[in-house]
Amino acid sequence: MKKYYLGIDLGSTTSKAIIIDEEDNIIGRGITNTRANYLVATEVARFEAIYNARFSLLKMKLEDEINSNPEYEKYINDVESAFQYLKFKYKLDKLYVKFKDIIESSFSGDKKENILQIVEKIVKTIGPEIRDAYLFSNLGNKNQFFRDIVSERYNNEIKKLDPDFFDPLMLVYDKSIISVENELTEFNFKELISESIEIMNEKYAKLDETLAENNSSPHFYAEINLLKGNYKKIYNSLKEHLEYVANMDIHISNMVGTGYGRALLPFPEKSIKSEILCHAFGAHAIFPNTRTVLDIGGQDTKAIQVDKHGLVTSFHMNDRCAAGCGRYLGYIADEFNISLNELGPLALDAKKEVNICSTCTVFAGAEIRELLNVGQKRSDILAGLHRSIVMRAISLLARSGGVRNEFSFTGGVARNQAVLKYVSELIHENYGDDIKINIGADSIFMGALGGAMFARRSMKNLATH
Amino acid sequence: MSSKVTKEKSMVIQKEMISSLFKELSTAKQTGKKVVYTFVPGNISELIRAFDMLPVYPEINALQSGMRKKSEKFIHDAEKIGYSEDVCTYVKCDIGMMLNGNIGPTGEKIPEPDLLLLSYTGCFTFMKWFENLKRLYPDVPVALLHTPYQEGHEITPDMTQYMVKQLKEEVIPKMEQVSGKKYDEEKLKKILGNTNKVEELMVKIFDTTKNKPSPIDAYFAGVYYIGPINIGFRGTREAVVYYEKLYEEILERVDKGLGPITPEGVMEEEKFRLVIEGPPNWTHFREFWKLFYDLGAVIVASSYTKVGGVYDNGFRVNPDKPLESLADYCMNCYTNLNLKQRVELLSNCITKYEADGFLVNSIKSCNSFSAGQLMIMRQLEEKLDIPVGFIESDLVDPRYFSYSNIKNRLESFFQMLEQRKIIFNN
Repeated sequence: MKKYYLGIDLGSTTSKAIIIDEEDNIIGRGITNTRANYLVATEVARFEAIYNARFSLLKMKLEDEINSNPEYEKYINDVESAFQYLKFKYKLDKLYVKFKDIIESSFSGDKKENILQIVEKIVKTIGPEIRDAYLFSNLGNKNQFFRDIVSERYNNEIKKLDPDFFDPLMLVYDKSIISVENELTEFNFKELISESIEIMNEKYAKLDETLAENNSSPHFYAEINLLKGNYKKIYNSLKEHLEYVANMDIHISNMVGTGYGRALLPFPEKSIKSEILCHAFGAHAIFPNTRTVLDIGGQDTKAIQVDKHGLVTSFHMNDRCAAGCGRYLGYIADEFNISLNELGPLALDAKKEVNICSTCTVFAGAEIRELLNVGQKRSDILAGLHRSIVMRAISLLARSGGVRNEFSFTGGVARNQAVLKYVSELIHENYGDDIKINIGADSIFMGALGGAMFARRSMKNLATH
Repeated sequence: MSSKVTKEKSMVIQKEMISSLFKELSTAKQTGKKVVYTFVPGNISELIRAFDMLPVYPEINALQSGMRKKSEKFIHDAEKIGYSEDVCTYVKCDIGMMLNGNIGPTGEKIPEPDLLLLSYTGCFTFMKWFENLKRLYPDVPVALLHTPYQEGHEITPDMTQYMVKQLKEEVIPKMEQVSGKKYDEEKLKKILGNTNKVEELMVKIFDTTKNKPSPIDAYFAGVYYIGPINIGFRGTREAVVYYEKLYEEILERVDKGLGPITPEGVMEEEKFRLVIEGPPNWTHFREFWKLFYDLGAVIVASSYTKVGGVYDNGFRVNPDKPLESLADYCMNCYTNLNLKQRVELLSNCITKYEADGFLVNSIKSCNSFSAGQLMIMRQLEEKLDIPVGFIESDLVDPRYFSYSNIKNRLESFFQMLEQRKIIFNN
């Protein structure tokens, strides 16, 4: 039986899980928002990684076919999107039941009836919207979590209503979301896959009408027919393979937990590793020439120096001040009343960077209001804020001995394009244009990857001793 | 960790020494003994003792207050009258203690000074500190002893002469005036004879960490070992007795192959050997120490235990040249060494005592230690290819000791060392 290894990185903002095989290849990735219940957060991340691993194994199994028929990959991705949608829908149904319970216990009379009707209408509006976003716009790959997806649309619906409903509707939402989010559900992969395939059948059957609304391509009908034809051709073999991976036993031989909440993980002491070691080890595995790693996480920023083995030789941390960490961006997003994902793109629209003087997250909030007041543009202020967080990271890097050879950027903040822009600019400005900067699609998973790699190695050590 | 917690005889002796000194201080006004306030680095207690006067060290009072959880209130009281958040917390703790009736750490009153001996060695805050004490005690004379910094990596004859001149023209006349006694060089020579013996013993004691396991922790226990010479017993017979006893006990531990004694008994497995730079935190001293011994980390050398005198490079006082010896001793203090010398000293310790890692405890309050620590760390890392770590705390302000931050960094540091061992052993 093949052996797999799991790394869990319990961060302050997100919890990540990575599954690797015996050659350190990543085969499963799972991520969720960290919530008060750490155990649920890590379990959700673990389940996600296992589901994802099945899809990866499917692609690995069908590698030859995918190479000769690239459409295959699209279909597998489509099934995965449908799968992600079904998981979402299960939770949305639960949330709706919870909404009704809360309304029942919090209101009475006409008000109760009114709110019940409104909430029903909201759920019936946003449900199909989200379905389409999953099936046609690849929402599942946008790293948004259940809470973000629902709240964004729920809030939009509330904005359309009489302001008197704002408070009661927010109360209903706030009281319901936490319990649904903290409920742990392990889905039956096989069942969900069958359902996903049915959704796929529907999707392709109705492809003409759905796409016709959004597409004005002159070759439209030709494309549709091609897609439909291809789908029918591979449908049967795909179904069989999906069932095969659904039945596969993904045996986790060992696991290691890391991250800011690692001490709270229900793992034995030897399976808990410092995130500094894990981030460095993970980044070094993906980019073997890395000698300096910068990790900007939610709660702290770390500048890490590693040797040729991926071992840490020294590190410096900012664990005192939020003004250099991911939380700073979260706070700023709240100040601007936008989501975290919108921050970077807005900052990239800037025509100039407004200088931010405050060295404190909270006081930067006051400074932002003042800058808006004197007429500075939102995007220009955001650009300045992004630059200021990177400046702090650069000074931490200097303290830790500067950038040596290749530089890798890891952590959740590495997903923010504006941060990336300033990191690249400032690293080159300070350490020369020759410095190679590594930023991978898996940057946020580096800690979990390092953990999984340590898990594999400690098993190997046990075996050799 | 063994459950048997042993009190060594030397510890009992030290406790008695401290309590008798504070007792003597508390009755100084009645007995007519004169009291000199001075500083630990470059403390010329021998000269004070030669005039039958008693020394008081404000830093010692501050650190003792910190260990006994009394410093927080003192610091707040000093801040209340205008000392800013960034002022050295030893200073604020000391000022706060004086504002609260000058009751020392043992609960006995510390007598007011008869002389302020300002020997500033590597720390310029000392000068400001005594300016403030001078304001509190306007009638007390100040004797200034300036110790030239070893900027040129060495002590030149001119530097020694410069200091001897100050001793002769400034310090000794003031001491004669305050004590009402004539300077007696023969007496000073005799006292320095004891110092010389103590210095030899201290070198031997701190050199026992070359054993594996190390019989002592040269930082957490080391600060107790340097106690007698830093709180007023330089040149005394008591100090010689204490260090003889201590050395004997440590040799017994070496014979039995025992590791260091911790507050929870003998450390059974020595996993990591470290060299530490910077003073410890005093307000959470036990918790801080526990973070090390729980993980099997022993400190084999530290710069802080050299703060009251550096003997690694062969320096010893020479009783036949008493004033020159006092001068050279002051200039040889750790905080009076330039950064290059500090790197050399630490590098030698790392190599000689086969340390696995080098750690810096950067102290918010202490410029004379903290300035240059990052450079020291980087140079050692490059020169010796040794893993290095960096933590931050403070001397006696409990607000700057973040247990979880320090624990997080130390855990990472120890895992770094462990991983390295696994890889290199394979």
